[in-house]
Amino acid sequence: MSDSTVIAHDGLEAGHHEHSPHLHHQFESVEQQADAGNFAMWLFLLTEVMFFGGLFTVYMIYRNWYYPAFVAASHQLSVKLGGINSVLLITSSLTMTLGVWSAQLRRKGSLIFFLMLTFLLGVVFLGIKGVEYKEKFEKHHFPGANYSLQSFVNPASDPVAVAAGDKPLPLDIAQRTEVYFSLYFAMTGMHALHMIVGMGILLFMIFRARSDAYTTGHTAFVEYFGLYWHFVDIIWIFLFPLLYLINRH
Amino acid sequence: MSDTIVLLPDQSTARIPKRNYLTQENGLLSWLLTRDHKRIGILYLISISFFFLLGGSLAGLIRLELLTPQSDLLATDTYNKVFTMHGVIMIFFFLVPSVPATLGNFFLPLMIGAKDLALPKMNLASWYMYMAGGLLALWAMITGGVDTGWTFTTPLSTHFVNTNVITTGLAIFISGFSSIFTGLNFIVTIHKMRAPGMTWFRLPLFVWSNYAASVLMVLGTPVLGITLILVVLERTVGIGIFDPTKGGDPLLFQHLFWFYSHPAVYIMILPGMGVISEVISTFSRKRVFGYTAVAFSSVAIAVFGFFVWAHHMFIMGISNYAVLVFSLLTMLVAVPSAIKIFNWALTLYKGSITFETPMIYAFGFMGLFTIGGMTGVFLGTSGTDIHLTETYFIVAHFHFVMVGGMLMAFLAGLHFWWPKMTGRMYPEKVSQFAAVVTFIGFNLTFFPQFILGTLGMPRRYASYPPEFQVLNVFSTAGATILGVGYLLPVLYLTWSLKYGAIAGDNPWQATGLEWQTQSPPLTENFTQIPIMDHEAYDYEWLERQKEKEVASVG
Repeated sequence: MSDSTVIAHDGLEAGHHEHSPHLHHQFESVEQQADAGNFAMWLFLLTEVMFFGGLFTVYMIYRNWYYPAFVAASHQLSVKLGGINSVLLITSSLTMTLGVWSAQLRRKGSLIFFLMLTFLLGVVFLGIKGVEYKEKFEKHHFPGANYSLQSFVNPASDPVAVAAGDKPLPLDIAQRTEVYFSLYFAMTGMHALHMIVGMGILLFMIFRARSDAYTTGHTAFVEYFGLYWHFVDIIWIFLFPLLYLINRH
Repeated sequence: MSDTIVLLPDQSTARIPKRNYLTQENGLLSWLLTRDHKRIGILYLISISFFFLLGGSLAGLIRLELLTPQSDLLATDTYNKVFTMHGVIMIFFFLVPSVPATLGNFFLPLMIGAKDLALPKMNLASWYMYMAGGLLALWAMITGGVDTGWTFTTPLSTHFVNTNVITTGLAIFISGFSSIFTGLNFIVTIHKMRAPGMTWFRLPLFVWSNYAASVLMVLGTPVLGITLILVVLERTVGIGIFDPTKGGDPLLFQHLFWFYSHPAVYIMILPGMGVISEVISTFSRKRVFGYTAVAFSSVAIAVFGFFVWAHHMFIMGISNYAVLVFSLLTMLVAVPSAIKIFNWALTLYKGSITFETPMIYAFGFMGLFTIGGMTGVFLGTSGTDIHLTETYFIVAHFHFVMVGGMLMAFLAGLHFWWPKMTGRMYPEKVSQFAAVVTFIGFNLTFFPQFILGTLGMPRRYASYPPEFQVLNVFSTAGATILGVGYLLPVLYLTWSLKYGAIAGDNPWQATGLEWQTQSPPLTENFTQIPIMDHEAYDYEWLERQKEKEVASVG
C-alpha cells in the first residue's frame, strides 16, 4: 500500500510450455504438483490419525478404569500369532518401499514383484487375523448377546487362562472384559478394514503397473500409496503392544 | 458521497462474455463429471439450497405445532422426528458445507490467483459424497425418520429408540468425507497454489477464515466419524463402549461427539466471518482495520475451538473442576470473536459507507452475531448455564449465531458474488427489501425465545404450559415473515439469471483478484496467472488501475 507504483500486471509470459504428460492443468510446474500431492497425502494421514485417535482415547480411558479386566482379557490373545503378524506387516512395509524404489528406477518387473509380495503378506496377515477372530467367536468372546464370562470367572475351565496363571475375577470386574473385547474388535476391525482397502488399491496398481503406468517417471501414486501402507503398519505397531502385551513384560 | 458505488457497464452495449465457465461445455454430463471448481460450487449451491428449503419447511412445521400449547398438529413422536431431522439436515447438509463448499469452492482459487483447486477430482468426489449422504438421510427420513435429536445422545440412541439411527448415522458419516475432502483441498490449495506475490498477509480475509475452518474440518470430522461408527456398532452387533450395563460410559460418547460438534459450529461460522470481512471492506471503501488481528483471530478461534467442548455437558455430571476449566476456556473464545466485531466496526469508522444488499445483510450479521455471541457467554458461565441449558434460551442463542450470523453471512456472500458467478445483477430494491424482511422476521422469531428460555420453557417438547402461548405466537408469526424473507431471494435470484442487468467485471469496484477477471469467469479463471504486487483491500491501487484504463482509452 505504501509503494505508490504498484500494479497487478499479468504473468510475464505464458511461456515455458514444457507440459510433461503427467502435469495436471491446474499446476504451473511438476514440482508444484508433486509438492501439493505430497502435502495432501500427509494431511489425509493426519485425518486418519484423528480417526484412530478417537479409538485410542477410548482405549486409554477404559484401560485405566478396568485394568484388571483388561489384563485378564488380553491373556486370551495369542502373542505368538500377534507377533508373527507384526513381523509380516513390517516386512510388507519393506517390500512396499522396495516397490517404490523399483518404480523410481523404472524397473517394471521388480515393481510388480514387490507389489504382489506386499499383497501376499497382507493376505497372510488377514488370514492369521481371521484365525484369531474365529477362536474368539468360538469362545463367545465377541461382545453382544452371546458374550461369555466363563474364562474370567472360572479360569480353571480355560486352558489359555490357566497357562497365563489367571485368578478368578469377581463378576463385576469380569463383566468389564466385554469392554476390552469391544475395543479389540473395533480397533483391529478398523485396522483390517484399512488393510482391505489398501489391498484393493494394491491390486489396482499391479494391474496398472503391467501397462507401464508407474515406470515412465511418474511414480507419485505409488509413493503416496506407500505412505498409506506404512501408516496402516504403524497403527498395528501401536495396537500390538496395547492389546496383546498389557502386562507381559 | 454518492449513495451507491455500483458501477454497471452501459446496458445497451454490454454483453455476457461468450466464452465463460458456463458456456465452455454443455449437457448434463459436462456438469456431473466436471472438475471445474466453479461448476462444483454451483452444483453445491443448488443442492444445499434444496436441503435448506427442506430443513426450513421442517422448521415451519415445528413453529406451527408450537402455535398452540397442546400437541395438536403433530403427534409428540412425530414432533421429535421433525425437530431431529430439522437439526440433522440444517447442520450437516446445510450449515457445514454452506459457505466453504459453495462460495469457497467458487472463489478461493480465484482469490489466490490459481487456475483450480489443487485436487479437482477430490473436489468432485466431495460433492458426490455429500449427495450420497444427503440422499441416505432423506431415505432415512422417508422410511420412518429418527427421533434422537441431532446429537444422537447415548444411551437413548443406542438402546431406547427404535428409529433409523443407523441409516442417519451412516449418512452423516458419509457426508463427513465431503467435509474432509473440501477442507483438505482448501489447505493444500492455500499452501501450494498461491499466485506469485500472493503472500500469506496479502490473502483476502475470506481465504484466512476458510483456512481456519478447513483445519477444523480436517482434524474434527474423523473423530465424529469414529464416534458414529461406534454408535452404529453398538446398535448392530452390541459392543459395549457406550453401554453402562456393560461398563461403557455414555458420557464418553458426548465427549467424543462434542469434540467434533463444538468445533463444527466454528466450521459453520468462520467462513461466514470471512464473507463479512470482504463485504464490510468493499462497501466502506477501506482496508479492513487490523488485517493481521482479524486474520489471526480466525486461527485463534480454530485453536480455542478444540478446547471448549465440555461446556455442552455442564449439567451432565462432569466434575466441578472440569466445569471450571471449560467455563474459563469458553470465555476465551469470546475474545477472538470480539476482535473481529470491533475491527469490523472500526473499518466502518470514517469509511464511505453505502447500503447495497450485501452490506445490509452484513449489518444484520454484526448485530445478531453480537447478541448470539454475548448470550453464549451466559451459557458458558456454569451457574447461569444450569438454569438456561435445555431451555429455549439455548435454542435462541444457537439460532442467533447460526441463522442470524451464518445464514445472514451466506446471503451477504451470495448477493456479493452473484454478479461474478452469473454475470448478472439482481434487482437491488427488491433484494434490499428482502434483507430487511429477513432481519425483522428473524428478530420476531427468535428474540421471544430468549424470554421463553429464561422463563423456563424446555426445548424439544411438542406441548407447553398455556402461559407461554403469547410469546410462542410471536415467534411463529416471525417465522412466517422469515420464510417470506428466504423465499424472495430464491425468486429474484432465479429471475435475474435471465433478466438481470449485465454486471460487468467489477460492479462493486472491489479489489479482490476475483473481480479483476471477467464475469462469469473463464474455465481457466485467468488468461495469464496474475502477479500480486499490492496489499489486500488496496483501494488506492484500484483507483490508479481505473485512471490507467481511462487514460489509455481516451
